[in-house]
Amino acid sequence: MSTDSQNTPHSTSVLEFKSSTFSVPVLVLSNNDLDAIEQQLQKKIQLAPEFFKNSPIVFDVQELNAQKIDIDIAALANVIRKFGLMPIGIRGGNEQQAKSALDLHIPVYSIHNNLSSDAPKQQKNTTQTTEISSATLITQPIRSGQRIYAKGDLIIMAQVSAGAEIMAEGNIHIYNTLRGRALAGVQGNPDARIFCFDLQAELISIAGNYKISEDIKDSTRNKPVQIYLEEHTLFIQDIREH
Amino acid sequence: MARIIVVTSGKGGVGKTTTSAAIAMGLAKKGHKTAVIDFDVGLRNLDLIMGCERRVVYDFVNVINGEASLNQALIRDKHCDQLYILPASQTRDKDALTQEGVGKVLEDLAKDFQYIVCDSPAGIEKGAHLAMYFADDAFVVTNPEVSSVRDSDRMLGLLSSKSRRAEQNEEPIKEYLLLSRYAPDRVKLGDMLSVDDVQDILSLHLLGVIPESKSVLTASNSGVPVILDEKSDAGQAYADIVARYLGEERPHRFIDEKKGLFGKLFGGK
Repeated sequence: MSTDSQNTPHSTSVLEFKSSTFSVPVLVLSNNDLDAIEQQLQKKIQLAPEFFKNSPIVFDVQELNAQKIDIDIAALANVIRKFGLMPIGIRGGNEQQAKSALDLHIPVYSIHNNLSSDAPKQQKNTTQTTEISSATLITQPIRSGQRIYAKGDLIIMAQVSAGAEIMAEGNIHIYNTLRGRALAGVQGNPDARIFCFDLQAELISIAGNYKISEDIKDSTRNKPVQIYLEEHTLFIQDIREH
Repeated sequence: MARIIVVTSGKGGVGKTTTSAAIAMGLAKKGHKTAVIDFDVGLRNLDLIMGCERRVVYDFVNVINGEASLNQALIRDKHCDQLYILPASQTRDKDALTQEGVGKVLEDLAKDFQYIVCDSPAGIEKGAHLAMYFADDAFVVTNPEVSSVRDSDRMLGLLSSKSRRAEQNEEPIKEYLLLSRYAPDRVKLGDMLSVDDVQDILSLHLLGVIPESKSVLTASNSGVPVILDEKSDAGQAYADIVARYLGEERPHRFIDEKKGLFGKLFGGK
């Protein structure tokens, strides 16, 4: 699954898409009174004017919508811009709010995977998955035939059996034996890594570059290792030699 | 409140029915009113192992369909009056079982019994699913060979995700490992996985090791649960398992090679 790195005679690659995570302040609104918002925003900004200067900001109107309070997105954006903040997104808006945001060239973010909502989350998975920011923690063994998918990092305290499959868009940490398949960076993040205490995997993969059990050298088998990607090649390294 | 135990494995021929019969008999002999249900609809075996095949009138499917009452279908055991058997239907298939029907039968049994042992069919399809769905405890019967261990692992995954307790976010099913047909001499030769190997793969609480034993076949063919053969090693192993399940502490036996008479006399190695 490696890409062709040879350049054609006429074109050299001038761009590349990469995935990165940024930390952006989110303005959570609980009232649609623009005057009140303006006043309180001013107070907050005075506390740390440098921090807020030209800062990107995402506004979250989920709570407003939960209370069925509508807000004029264009007017809100104007208020925010007045303070030198730069709105780069809206979250939790209804269809109409999303549309007016897009008209203003403000991207719309979906709400999932965020803990900003106060509503208690329903825990469906019986393997006791707990969402802590963007990491998924699992304390029960992952048995043969089970599949786990994590949007962020995946941390597993128990063993992963042969015939099980674990996937994460971020890193995978296994503080136990890995006998099944582990796929990190499944959305194409080449910086994702896999860490495990005892490598006996059937298959390991980072961003689509994979190795099967047969390709894993005896020198790294049954050892605590980290697996990372460099130039489309998977490297398995004894974690103690780092 | 009754405790529902499922005896399961994934793989066939590992000793589920033998174990169900022995465990149910063991619990009943200890004075607990116990029912044992054959979930292997279409491949009815439990009644043979329990020696009550000639007394089957109504079966599990009849009760689910409302064609017979539970009391009409339950067969009292010859050896122990605390033990009742609910046989499977031989003329139907697993589709005759419904989740509501099975749930209702178990609910009715729970009013009257302390332990309900569900003898699961092999596989992971409907019959096996319904056998484990309502369970509180699971006895996972495994032979010391790789395919059996793998199938048990798969079944453990289902127990923790597809059972009622899992679906309703209750305390998970308690899982116990029963390693059957164990032959220490073959383990020593490297032909067979050891207890440690199996535990390493499954990481499960070991309730007991049942040695490979001629007495199991003899008991099956004569329709007497092997636990009643108190002289046999397999019978003793099952007695230990029941005692441990009920909270007694007993050291594990049958894991190491048996010493011959001379070995015993002279202290062996």
